Amino acid sequence: MTGPFRTGAFGVTGSGDTSGFGGLVRVEPGGAVALHSTDRPYGGWFDEVADALADAVGHDVYDAAVRRVLVDRGEITWFVHREHLLVLLQALRDDDALRFELCSSVSGVDYHDSGGPTGERLHVVLHLTSMTYRRRIRLEVAVTAADPHVPSATRVYPTSDWHERECFDMFGVVFDGHPALTRILMPDDWDGHPQRKDYPLGGVPVEYHDATIPPPDERRSYR
Amino acid sequence: MTTTDPYAGSRETTEGRVYTVTGGDWDLTFGSDPLAEERLVVNMGPQHPSTHGVLRLVLDLEGETVTKARVVIGYLHTGIEKNVEYRTWTQGTTFVTRMDYLAPLFNETAYCLAVEKLLGIEVPERATTIRVLVMELNRIASHLVGLATFGMEMGALTGMTNGFRERELVLDLLEEITGLRMNHAYVRPGGLAQDLPEGIEAKIREWLTIMPERVAGFHRLLTGQPIWQRRLRDVGYLDVTGCVALGVTGPILRSAGLPWDLRKVEPYCGYETYDFEVPTADTADAWGRYLVRMAEVNESMKIIEQALDRLRPGPVMVEDKKIAWPAQLSLGADGMGNSLDHVKHIMGQSMEALIHHFKLVTEGFRVPAGQVYQAIESPRGELGFHVVSDGGTRPFRVHVRDPSFVNLQATAAMSEGGMIADVIAAIASIDPVMGGVDR
Repeated sequence: MTGPFRTGAFGVTGSGDTSGFGGLVRVEPGGAVALHSTDRPYGGWFDEVADALADAVGHDVYDAAVRRVLVDRGEITWFVHREHLLVLLQALRDDDALRFELCSSVSGVDYHDSGGPTGERLHVVLHLTSMTYRRRIRLEVAVTAADPHVPSATRVYPTSDWHERECFDMFGVVFDGHPALTRILMPDDWDGHPQRKDYPLGGVPVEYHDATIPPPDERRSYR
Repeated sequence: MTTTDPYAGSRETTEGRVYTVTGGDWDLTFGSDPLAEERLVVNMGPQHPSTHGVLRLVLDLEGETVTKARVVIGYLHTGIEKNVEYRTWTQGTTFVTRMDYLAPLFNETAYCLAVEKLLGIEVPERATTIRVLVMELNRIASHLVGLATFGMEMGALTGMTNGFRERELVLDLLEEITGLRMNHAYVRPGGLAQDLPEGIEAKIREWLTIMPERVAGFHRLLTGQPIWQRRLRDVGYLDVTGCVALGVTGPILRSAGLPWDLRKVEPYCGYETYDFEVPTADTADAWGRYLVRMAEVNESMKIIEQALDRLRPGPVMVEDKKIAWPAQLSLGADGMGNSLDHVKHIMGQSMEALIHHFKLVTEGFRVPAGQVYQAIESPRGELGFHVVSDGGTRPFRVHVRDPSFVNLQATAAMSEGGMIADVIAAIASIDPVMGGVDR
């Protein structure tokens, strides 16, 4: 199912709804994140960082680079275009008012069938920490599975080396400019990218009437 | 049989065939680079006893000097992050606890803090205090193993036996509190699996009287020892700039002089209300890391004492019955299980209670859609959980920023240009746990 919403509850299809929750409208993975953006003022130091970032890279670049800004649960996320990622990172690291010296984490998320109309299902999420100001921000880049290229942050943050290798290994995101983009956790000759949502999962054959324990995503369960 | 092979020829003689085997002409193979004659590529591990776990090192050597060090990981990959996506939020605890197996309670707490941030709930004060208590006990146990393996890898085997002996005392306490020595699954979203057992406070206080003498024993055994000092000093050097560029946190960063400890700079679980110091060193080498870890053991004991002092009776799980795990555990004749009162209630008295219990256990609770990042200070540095929810009963994505994974990247920077024996000291001073590196 595509679109940001799903109705009903618990994955019930084809049978009567006995739960009483059939009228529920639930946001699909990434749906809320994909849809919403926060208006100014963001509150707290978020505005300060946004202003400093726009000043550092130039307002034209900032407007072109940033698709959306979302403040949620006390954390701020910039959804950015991949073309401008490195410019933003360089400014975030080096500008006196920003000083995000530490790249804490780079992780991938596969939003699968809810990547929006453009099909940008693979998200790369960077968590940056400013040790000077004790702030944390998040940058998010979304790409399609057909064109999974994201510029590598290793030139700005050497620590993202292994993070990006893991993200490539697990999600198949190709980090352009990475010094040695090879698998890191899975064996070198492994096929596929295991943490993608459509990666086939294995069942377990049991020695009784040729039965098989179905893979976890096919078992009857509450969703 | 041809005789064209210049290195392995043979000749028919009256006595029979005689084989001639000559040495390889290595100049032809490697060229005449004078250094290449000395160049040697050594695979160390993945099962080498000095590599601190199933870790493989590919070392380029010139004589005994390391010119290149590359780390190969993944031998302990178990797909925990993927597995968690097919379990309920509560079951997730039992998976994440197995990542960094020397710091299970940190994995659980960081995960639960992230889930609680997504839910927008706060756990009762007693639960938070007990979390701090068990985390600091766990930090001491973890540092003791770090020191023990450090000793073993440097050839100070008594350091190892002593370290594991003291750690056993901590594990006994954790076993009494949680039921298990490791992989506790004690911290749950919303609070704790169960309250502290009776009489444990006295036991922890008794342990607190024994432990300082044991730490002093470590100092007597290792700290003043000239061999120990010479093996560690100026080895595995990495300054603050190098640490930050490579994302290195924890005792390694603090050994370089930066007092960066998330318990102080970004407090969680009420750490801002505890009185403790952040030990640092200014040597930026293995020696400094050793001293920092030793000092942190003492600081953790101070926190444990304060946590014991402020324990007040109260609930250890949130009130919200839509989130709180329904099991009321108690010790029966056949071991730990649901309390008989609870079983009587759901089986004999209240159909609704049974339905509620069943739904919460099989289906779990829903977590509003969104994503959070929660970092805590584990014994090895910043342990971060990036948790994404789609609004369902299971995590959509859990990514773990494990400090061992990130810190291990510093191996090349720490050991290239040094001696091969110092590679071991450098890696031991990183104190990586491969369960956390590979997840």
